[in-house]
Amino acid sequence: MSDLLKNIIRFALFILVQVFVLNQVPPLHRFVVPYLYYLFILWLPFTLPRVWLSFISFLFGLTLDYFMNTPGLHAAACTLIAYIRPFTINLLISQDGSDKNYPSPSVTSMGFAPYGTYVLILTLFHHGLLIFLEWMSFGSFLFFIGKLLATTGVSLLLIFLTELLFFRKEPFRTNTA
Amino acid sequence: MRNVFLFIRRYFNFLFFLTLEIISLIMLFRYNKFHEAAFASVAGEFTGRIDQKYNNIEYYFKLKGTNEDLVKENLRLRQLLKENYESPVQRNHLFYDTILDDSVKKIQRFLYLEAKVVGSAVSTQTNYLTLHRGSNQQIHPNMGVVGPSGIVGRIISVSQNFSVVMSMLNRHFTVIVKLKNTGERGKVEWDGVSPDYVLLKDIPKSAPLNKGDSILTSETSTLFPPGVLVGTVHEIIEDPSSGFYTARLKTATNFYNIQYVYVTENTQYDEQKALEDSVKKKLNE
Repeated sequence: MSDLLKNIIRFALFILVQVFVLNQVPPLHRFVVPYLYYLFILWLPFTLPRVWLSFISFLFGLTLDYFMNTPGLHAAACTLIAYIRPFTINLLISQDGSDKNYPSPSVTSMGFAPYGTYVLILTLFHHGLLIFLEWMSFGSFLFFIGKLLATTGVSLLLIFLTELLFFRKEPFRTNTA
Repeated sequence: MRNVFLFIRRYFNFLFFLTLEIISLIMLFRYNKFHEAAFASVAGEFTGRIDQKYNNIEYYFKLKGTNEDLVKENLRLRQLLKENYESPVQRNHLFYDTILDDSVKKIQRFLYLEAKVVGSAVSTQTNYLTLHRGSNQQIHPNMGVVGPSGIVGRIISVSQNFSVVMSMLNRHFTVIVKLKNTGERGKVEWDGVSPDYVLLKDIPKSAPLNKGDSILTSETSTLFPPGVLVGTVHEIIEDPSSGFYTARLKTATNFYNIQYVYVTENTQYDEQKALEDSVKKKLNE
């Protein structure tokens, strides 16, 4: 399956799962909102040009926004993490050219600790902006911090489960041979 | 000029990011104007259709609860039938002044339209419902929405076949209410804490308020017919410094499994709104 087709299917699947499964879960607490959809952006290939990365993420966030009637909210957060994604990868990836040998960020291509840090940083930025925008219209500082921490925890758990359940085989490709 | 182009080329990624970010923030903060103008109809149709597909399955699992709600509603309405009541013997009959035609004739102020709920959420701070009924079926923004057991929300945007309801569980929603017994007016909002409870405010402490009291929509509300149940008092929050009650209400509507609603149209809404706005304009002059 080509990368393009795979990502088109993922685009639709992540939106549908977020809207019709995770958003339908009865809320445990007002701070706990299960977000998983932005994992799509985390999984996009290394080789994608940065302009396309931004644009696809914007479109992806906007699609979710139309399902949730919040135009611009998730789009803003997705564009932000798409912009900082290349910097984070450059910081964390090993310098022997993993980003040339593997197609996309994963535990196999980056190693467990760097990949975990990569997920954590982007999750914090994504939720940070999302909850900050919500906090501006209503809520207190306790709301901001509490929701940021709780939601990040739940998201990390969900991502961890997704990575275990849907293990991505990352073929090692090299052009030295 | 050349330097400008070089600058743009050098920082194209950053500028592109800024543009997208600004577009999304404009969309967010100018929600109503922009949303109405640009995408409401196309996007509403698209997401509505997918919501409807999902609801076809979900509805099956909620049939039992829906049925119970409808039976309860029928029971309540049957209790109100004229035939159930015996009129006392009356010697003094009322006579209507026949010269004034209109005093006998009643005008229907609120019209009801039924609608199927195809999409709903309770887990965010700004929750919305999607109804399978839109502008082609006489729905327009600023109509009230009530369910079988109580109020639900208000219509905020419509496409041809679908409409979006701001539910009572939305931080931007307020409704004017009254106490069932004494008629003191206050307002109801949602504090975002739990989808089961909303907050009642601005009822003076001179009025009696007890746990379990019913709170109804007020006659001054332009969206909802008067006397529709909003919720019942669950707990009164003590605040000795204020002259007003703050109370937590259990919502009459169960937002988890609502499947059918009635959209209420106030036939005099435009007239009332225009009159009230004209007063405001005069005061500002």
